[in-house]
Amino acid sequence: MRELLKYLKNYKKELVLGPFFKLLEAIFELIVPIVMAKIIDKGISQNESSYIFKMSGVIVLLGVSGLCFALTCQYLAARCAYGFGTELRTALYKHINSLSYTSIDKIGTSSLVNRLTNDTNTVQNGVNMFIRLAVRAPFLVIGAAVMAMIIDLRLSLVFLVVAPLISIIIFIIMKKTVPMYKKTQQCLDRTSVLTRESLEGARVIRAFSRQQEEIDEFKEAVDDIAANSVAVGKISAILNPAAFMVMNLGIIAVIWFGGKRINIGGLTQGELTAFTNYMTQILFALVVLANLVVIFTKAFASANRISEVLSLPSEEDGNMLPDYNNENIITFNDVSFAYEGAGDYSLRNISFSVKKGQMLGIIGGTGCGKSTLAGLIPCFYKATEGSVHVCGTNVAELGNSVLRGRIGCVPQKAVLFTGTIRDNMRWRKADASDEEIINALKTAQAWEFVERLPDKLDTVISQGGKNLSGGQKQRIAIARALVGSPDILILDDSTSALDYKTDLSFRHSLSSDLPDTTVVMISQRSTSLKNADKIIVMEDGAAVGIGTHSQLLKTCDVYHDIYISQMNEKEDKADA
Amino acid sequence: MLETLKRVFVYARPYLRFFLMTLLFAALGVSMSLAVPVFIGEAVDCCVGKGSVDFEKLVKIIILLALTVIFSTFFQWLMSLCTNKLAFLTIRDLRADVFNKLERVPLKYIDGHTKGELTSRVINDIEIVSDGLLQGFTQFFSGIMTIIGTLIFMMMINYKIAIVVVILTPLSFIAASKITKASHDSYMKQSKLRGDMVAFAEEMAGNQKIVKAFGYDKRAEEKFDEINNAYGKIGVKATFFSSMTNPTTRFVNGLIYASVGLLGALGVIGYSTFIGTMTVGKLSSFLAYANQYTKPFNEISGVFAELQNAVSSAERVFSILDEEEIADDSDKEVLTSCDGTLSFSNVFFSYDPKVKLIRNFSLDVKSGQRIAIVGPTGCGKSTIINLLLRFYDIDSGKIELSGKSISDITRDSLRSCFGMVLQETWVFTGTVAENIAYGVPDADRERIIEAAKAAYAHSFIKRLPQGYDTVISEDCGLSQGQKQLICIARIMLMDPPMLILDEATSSIDLRTELRIQRAFLKLMEGRTSFVIAHRLSTIKNSDVILVMKQGNIIEQGNHAQLIEKGGFYAELYNSQFVS
Repeated sequence: MRELLKYLKNYKKELVLGPFFKLLEAIFELIVPIVMAKIIDKGISQNESSYIFKMSGVIVLLGVSGLCFALTCQYLAARCAYGFGTELRTALYKHINSLSYTSIDKIGTSSLVNRLTNDTNTVQNGVNMFIRLAVRAPFLVIGAAVMAMIIDLRLSLVFLVVAPLISIIIFIIMKKTVPMYKKTQQCLDRTSVLTRESLEGARVIRAFSRQQEEIDEFKEAVDDIAANSVAVGKISAILNPAAFMVMNLGIIAVIWFGGKRINIGGLTQGELTAFTNYMTQILFALVVLANLVVIFTKAFASANRISEVLSLPSEEDGNMLPDYNNENIITFNDVSFAYEGAGDYSLRNISFSVKKGQMLGIIGGTGCGKSTLAGLIPCFYKATEGSVHVCGTNVAELGNSVLRGRIGCVPQKAVLFTGTIRDNMRWRKADASDEEIINALKTAQAWEFVERLPDKLDTVISQGGKNLSGGQKQRIAIARALVGSPDILILDDSTSALDYKTDLSFRHSLSSDLPDTTVVMISQRSTSLKNADKIIVMEDGAAVGIGTHSQLLKTCDVYHDIYISQMNEKEDKADA
Repeated sequence: MLETLKRVFVYARPYLRFFLMTLLFAALGVSMSLAVPVFIGEAVDCCVGKGSVDFEKLVKIIILLALTVIFSTFFQWLMSLCTNKLAFLTIRDLRADVFNKLERVPLKYIDGHTKGELTSRVINDIEIVSDGLLQGFTQFFSGIMTIIGTLIFMMMINYKIAIVVVILTPLSFIAASKITKASHDSYMKQSKLRGDMVAFAEEMAGNQKIVKAFGYDKRAEEKFDEINNAYGKIGVKATFFSSMTNPTTRFVNGLIYASVGLLGALGVIGYSTFIGTMTVGKLSSFLAYANQYTKPFNEISGVFAELQNAVSSAERVFSILDEEEIADDSDKEVLTSCDGTLSFSNVFFSYDPKVKLIRNFSLDVKSGQRIAIVGPTGCGKSTIINLLLRFYDIDSGKIELSGKSISDITRDSLRSCFGMVLQETWVFTGTVAENIAYGVPDADRERIIEAAKAAYAHSFIKRLPQGYDTVISEDCGLSQGQKQLICIARIMLMDPPMLILDEATSSIDLRTELRIQRAFLKLMEGRTSFVIAHRLSTIKNSDVILVMKQGNIIEQGNHAQLIEKGGFYAELYNSQFVS
């Protein structure tokens, strides 16, 4: 919370002057009823028209200067809020970029996006409203009460009853309705889920002829929303009328007691009018205050969510350079790894090494630790025990950007970004030439279809790559990692959407086009890894076998089982 | 726009009584609350000065005043209740109708839109309609009531001063609309930049791990700063402009207040006969009116802005309701028994008339045969399924099931002959048991467990925290393979004569995959089945293999025939074994 304040430090001037100008406006606003009282008491009772003219002029003058002050304040508020918001977002985004995978896992990417966009906006709005209203509203309440006291101390007791009474009404109603609104929101979320599920499952629902049941269930959900909304409406609808009533009953009390005071000469008629005026002002100010409380509560919650991200430590970075002459490009020394907060190790006692230009295969079922193992090489995660070395240096001591600059990654899910194909291909290397890009696309078997696109490399990829098929996206994602000839290429089960033929051609051109690149290939299929120089067989986080295909077939039961399960296909081959 | 408004009000029609009551209570509540300043003025007039307070009259007025306040409060509350009921019940019906419609439109419509977009129409757009149109309408009405009422009361007190007020008020209106116009431009720019920023954040921060893996962070930061700074700049402008409205109207209000004060005071002292007679009390009620007179004007201009929004939301909602529905087929024959035979004769089909897909396709399937559909990804293998289950209708030719054309029987009875397991598994939010019993909702627990056992799903379900009563959903932590086993169990329970299966290509862990294979084999025993096949064992042992490429069926025959033919299939098949 407190660390957010520092983004306000360039806007101290606005923070002080803004409320100050608003205060001036409020003071002027409070003076108006007094001037009016003077008009009534002096101008009218003494029949002085020139005085009336003069005082009316004063009211207009108060209005003009009030307007100027208010506009100054609004401008300062907008400038401060957006200046603060912009700086906060820049800092937050920078910080997000510095987070380690472990921290990203902790918050979750969708939540990060929310905090970067929605939460910063809410806080920004909170700052804006703070400058504009946080001083004005309470000041009007207190000021009106003080003015009333100055006019007539005893009569102002009515204020001391009415103001807290209205506050209590606002408080009770908000306290009652906030949880109910939450519940209504939950009901709304449920209908949202139902709608989405029913759209996604349209085929299944129709295949089972269950449309009517879906409709009935939805009907129930919307009935729930309606019932909840009506229930909460019943209570929240009390707020305005009730405040209106208390205020007017207050005015009645003022008139009654005021009448008595006037009768004994303790009060004038004009002052009585001013009194009723202040009463109205208090009500409006209190309603604004209630809205303000809601805005600030939201802003505080958002500020806390932002602080939570900012307080996460940045990723540690080393400063060593890799020794490119070292033969063993990847070495694992008795590596164990547990995700933060996880009860158990995801990897246990893994040791192996890979030489430059070799191919390493990793095989095993889902959740056995294949991707985790690969993620340790670019130091996305740090080994909990033992050490991972690239070119002989512990990855934890290598500069992250140097290390990752030598590695090309193809994630399981092919994610492309808005922009042209060329833009996407320049992710690893910002200044890659078209020739380099086309070569990479050729190796990844992607050029054949990119070439046929009307705009070729300038083809714009829409968000999420919706205008490409799964196989096409995957091939571009592979090509993207190949630009700039990485020393190490990590393929995380990234050919699943390719048909066998394309997959095979890709593997061929990979070994012929990038002979010096060390390939780490994760796969489910033994056929894809058969030619690897080394295969690691993973089960439950442990390497149950390390060796070549033919070695493992003899020595490793798990590998043998995997192979057998895919035997059918081998036999088929023999038949064919 | 009027057309759309009318349609919304058709939905409000059943709640006409709430609507009328809203109007009635608004009229009563507003007029009573407007009478309050008059009584206050009269009460002030009773308190002229020392020793001359008319208490007898004052008491009467105060009692009247108190009653007015209480009743006005009561009516305002009733008005809110009626508005709420009107709005919430109307949109409930609208939502139910739209959902209803979505279950009846051809799949083509659903396939042609993103799920998020349609969901947003059902949820957000309808919410906006409720806020903008229904609640806006009552606000509009009570605003108009307040303005007219205030005018009448002011006219009654002193029509000359009232006319001055009437002449001055447009100032507030003009100022507000000038500001809105001036801010509109920067407002639009701001919301566009905000959209850009959210899109950028979703793409980059949403894929933060890739950004890091590629060392793209510095470049991403530059881009973000660019958007962020532009957003900050335009934000100051847009916010400042829109925040001018309040002080400006307050200022206009102040002007009116001053003029009323001036004229009223002059009237009281009889400065000019033109103004007419006034009292201090009347002046004070006049001042009270002047104080609250511009408020409804602001509210009404706000309502107009929201109305625009609401109408475009309503149009999006109604566009769903205007979609053509699948024709009612309840008068067609209900297929009661299915012998498992199927034939396609001279079938033509295309999604888009410009792109021809299936041309003159014929195939005879005997009971119990297994048909494999193979081909590269995206070749349109699911088209056959779409046609079989009549998710889409063929352009010409004939498909017969049990010797009956599928267009002559009801869709429900056609579909009930098929069990379908798609690669894109679908589980809904509900318990495991409910998910399995989806096709047979009244199945007892014993049968559900039996089906789960047959689908090799029992052992993992047993290990879930609440077993069969564990609530699951699309993103509940079940693996893709486990979800598929649940979908298979669903079909096991149904026991349909025909099957449609889509084998998984994605990585499923070995043990689960073996289970799925066994479950599939068991399911297919004695049933006519269509399999979108990826595994060679499935393909090779099929009675007929349909080879598809770019939406067309280019080869058909059994494995031996196709290999012998040496065409696309043979090429595809052999490519797997060359290393």
